[in-house]
This record gives sequence, C-alpha cells and structure tokens, in this order.
Amino acid sequence: MSGAADALRLLRGDPRAGSVVPPSGFTARLTVFTAAAMAFLAVFALALALSAGHLADRWGDALARTATVRLSAPAGQMDTQLAAVMEVLRTTPGVATARPMTEPEQRALLEPWFGPDLPVETLPLPRMVEVTETQTGFDADALRLRLAGEAPGAVLDDHTRWRRPLVRAADRLRGLGWLSIGLIGAAMGAMITLAANSALAANAQVIEVLRLVGARDAFIARAFVRRFTRRALEGAALGTAAGMVAVALMPGGDGTGFLTGLGFRGLDWLWPLALPPLAGLVAFWATRFAAFRVLKGIT
Amino acid sequence: MAERGVIELDNVSHSYGGGELLSNISLTLAPGAFHFLTGPSGAGKTTFLKICYAELVPTAGAVRLFGADVRGMDRDQIARTRRRIGVVHQDCRFLDHLPVIDNIALPLLTAGQDPDDERNNIDELLGWVGLRARADALPPELSGGERQRAALARAVIMAPDVILADEPTGNIDWEMSLRILQLLVELNRMGKTILIATHDLNLIRAAKAQVAARVLRIKDRQLNLAGADL
Repeated sequence: MSGAADALRLLRGDPRAGSVVPPSGFTARLTVFTAAAMAFLAVFALALALSAGHLADRWGDALARTATVRLSAPAGQMDTQLAAVMEVLRTTPGVATARPMTEPEQRALLEPWFGPDLPVETLPLPRMVEVTETQTGFDADALRLRLAGEAPGAVLDDHTRWRRPLVRAADRLRGLGWLSIGLIGAAMGAMITLAANSALAANAQVIEVLRLVGARDAFIARAFVRRFTRRALEGAALGTAAGMVAVALMPGGDGTGFLTGLGFRGLDWLWPLALPPLAGLVAFWATRFAAFRVLKGIT
Repeated sequence: MAERGVIELDNVSHSYGGGELLSNISLTLAPGAFHFLTGPSGAGKTTFLKICYAELVPTAGAVRLFGADVRGMDRDQIARTRRRIGVVHQDCRFLDHLPVIDNIALPLLTAGQDPDDERNNIDELLGWVGLRARADALPPELSGGERQRAALARAVIMAPDVILADEPTGNIDWEMSLRILQLLVELNRMGKTILIATHDLNLIRAAKAQVAARVLRIKDRQLNLAGADL
C-alpha cells in the first residue's frame, strides 16, 4: 500500500482503529512537547531565513543601482574637472542621475569619524558625485576609461567591492535559516521515531493480540501512526502559535537593521502556518517507518 | 482422492532451545472434525497449536492451512488466513483497556469491517455466551469463566472454519467447563472444525458422550491417536 493511500486512510479512517493502542501518558506528553518546541524554533528559523532573504534582496537592489565618483584635483582645477565628470556622466548610457554632493552632505559623511566641529572647508577633500543607475545599468569599465581621459582625478566606485560580501553574507544567512528548519524537522523525526519505538515496545502484548485476531501489519502500524501524527499536529500547532506571537512581540524598527528587521512582513505570516502540517507529515513518516521496522522484527 | 483437510501437517518437527519438541508429526484435520489434543505438561501441545495457526513456523516439515503452504505465505496472507481460524487461549489475551464488547469486535475491526454494522450479531453472540450483561465491563473485571466465554465469542465472530482452544477450561470450575464445552459442541454441530488442547480427561469423556471426538496424544515428541481408555 502506498504512503499516500495510507495517509488518506489515516485522515478519514475509523478512529476506533486507533483505540486498540492503550493511551500512554509519557510518550504522549513527550511527542506533544517535542513537536511544540520544534515548531517554536522552526518559526524563528523561518523568520531568520525570510528576513535574511529580504535583507539580501534589499542590499543587493539598493547597492547595485548606485555608484560614486570621487574627484581629487588641485583647487584650481576642481570645478573644471567636476564639470567634465558631470558631462561624461550625462552622456553615459545607463546613468539615470548624477549629482555632486553638497558640502553639508559630505560633512555628514565625515562626522562619525571626526566629530561635528571639523572645519572641512579647510581640508583638501575630494568632491563626491552620487550616481544612480537605470535598470540596465552602465558599463563600469568603459566609464572608467572615459573619466580617466576627461578628468584624470576622478575615480569610479560602483560598490562592487563591498556589496558582494554583504549580499553573500545575507544569502548565507538565508541558507542557514532553511538548513536550520531542515535540521529541526530531522531532529523532530528522530525524536518521534524514538518515542514510537518506545510505544511499540511497551505495547508488544497489544501487537501480539492484534496479530492473533488477524490484524495485518498495516492495520497495527496505522493505529500507532494515527496517534503520533495527531499528537505532532497538536504540539506543532501550539508551538507555531507561540512562536508567531513571540515574533510579533519582537521590538520593531525601520526594518533596515538586521535585528530590527527580524520577523514576518505581509504574506510572510502565512509561511509558519505550513509548519503544523509539515510536522504531521514528519511524524507520519517517522512513525510509519518505526512501526513497520519493529513489526517486521516480530514474528 | 483423499479429502483435503482444513489444517494439514506433513512430517512436522520443531526444535526449541536446542532440543526437539515435536518430531515427524503428520495430521489432517478434516472439515467438521472434533479433536482433542492431550499429553503431559510441556509435551508441546501449545507449540503444536501455534504451528496450526502459523504463529510458529516448524523447523522441518510442511504446514498447509486451507490448502496453502504456510511457507509460501507473506505476512498479509497469514493475517487473512488467521481470520478463518478462531483461537481461544488459556490466558485469553484481551486488550485490557477495551470493554468486553470491543474486544469481541476486535477481529471485525482489524478486518476492516464496521462493528456497528454487526451490532446485532455481536449482541446475539454476547447472548450465546451469556455475557450480555457484562458487555461494557473491562476484561480484568471478569471471572475466569466469563473471560473464557468472551474469548470464545471473539474467536467465532468472524465465523471461522476452525476453532483452536488451548486449555479453555484450565482455570475454571467444572460447571463452567461444561458450559464452555457445550458451546464448542454447538459450534461443531454448525460444521466448525474443533481442536482442543487439554489435560482434563473428564472434559474429554464429557465431550465424547455428545460428539464423535478423536483424541490425539503428544508423548515423547510423537503424536498418536489415544486408545479407547479415554
């Protein structure tokens, strides 16, 4: 009999078939607790994965569409070279906007390092030009060559150097989040297998009686599978609800920082709802595997 | 052509713990036959019965249940075959957390039938074994005789062709033993094949007064037809 057919029979089958296994308090509580704890952790792993994903996308998008031209030139040539830079940028395909940063903006950039009282006007600071790309973007190498020809003091920084590791880190974090969910599922499966093995061993006499009256292994396994799947569903529902409440109560923010951005947004809140059915599936297969393995070993 | 038996054993031997318990036993249980199996304690009566309903596979020889060789059966086939054999154990083997009525209906449930559809049959069966008033009791609450009658009801609910009973009157008084015997005789008259393992010679004599029962004896690992002294 296929697993899918078994699952359907499990859902619509006669609940009295499950009553042939006596209720056992310890394994019941253990399974419900395990499923609840694992689902609670899975909600956080899910929040981590989704938030890291959003962060990677946001950083990738934001940084990919901006670049900076830094112009260092003697005081007498600064305005001439700046005009040349602006002209080059204006005529470069893929450049949406180009704007020289104002003195207060440059002061604000330096303030974290030098404090608010630094007389920046007395320093030979380079001029910065903020460049925004179109969706198609520009050819950075070609632009560098043109800038070198028209304004020798201009250097193009398209942020590639520091954008890549950031996006890579966020992507890695997203992967770790999903890996954590997988590991949580595997751990839950292992613990439910142990609990099922314990229940099967404790009910050896029940199995013997069922065999004597002509029960097939599938019937006996189903009685255990039904019980453990239901417990896992109940536990996971509790754990998921608690996890969602905990995530909802996390301190918010503008969402741009990592910790303040940890959580679910919009339709993301639907993702945790998949955890209880997934826990049920894990419990179904883990118990089924354990039951048939044990039953095969009993002559 | 010889009549095919419902249970056939050909040169069956069985070893346990390094020693041979049964040796070269051959037997054919014909449909509708009534047999007793007797012998001293430890002679192998229970082992013999277990072989007859495929709970044990003998170390040598062939066992055919309803014409099919047990060695060629998979686990599902064995389970289906057991539904045609009702077994009554000395210790009854109930599920103690279920009431008597559910224990009796257990074979129906495991066969995929809805016990509610068989409510009338179950009620009739409870009346037949005299346990209608005890239907909702848990097995540990029953007396020895009530347990045996409940076990008999469970054994026959699937209308099996064969009833195997292992010391069904072992722990009950003589009056109740006769009541159990009477039920088994009634089943035999309905065409069921009966094999009862017992060391109670009085029970055998009481049965022989009512039906043409054959008495088999296991002694020194061999199965023989008992003499006229029984």
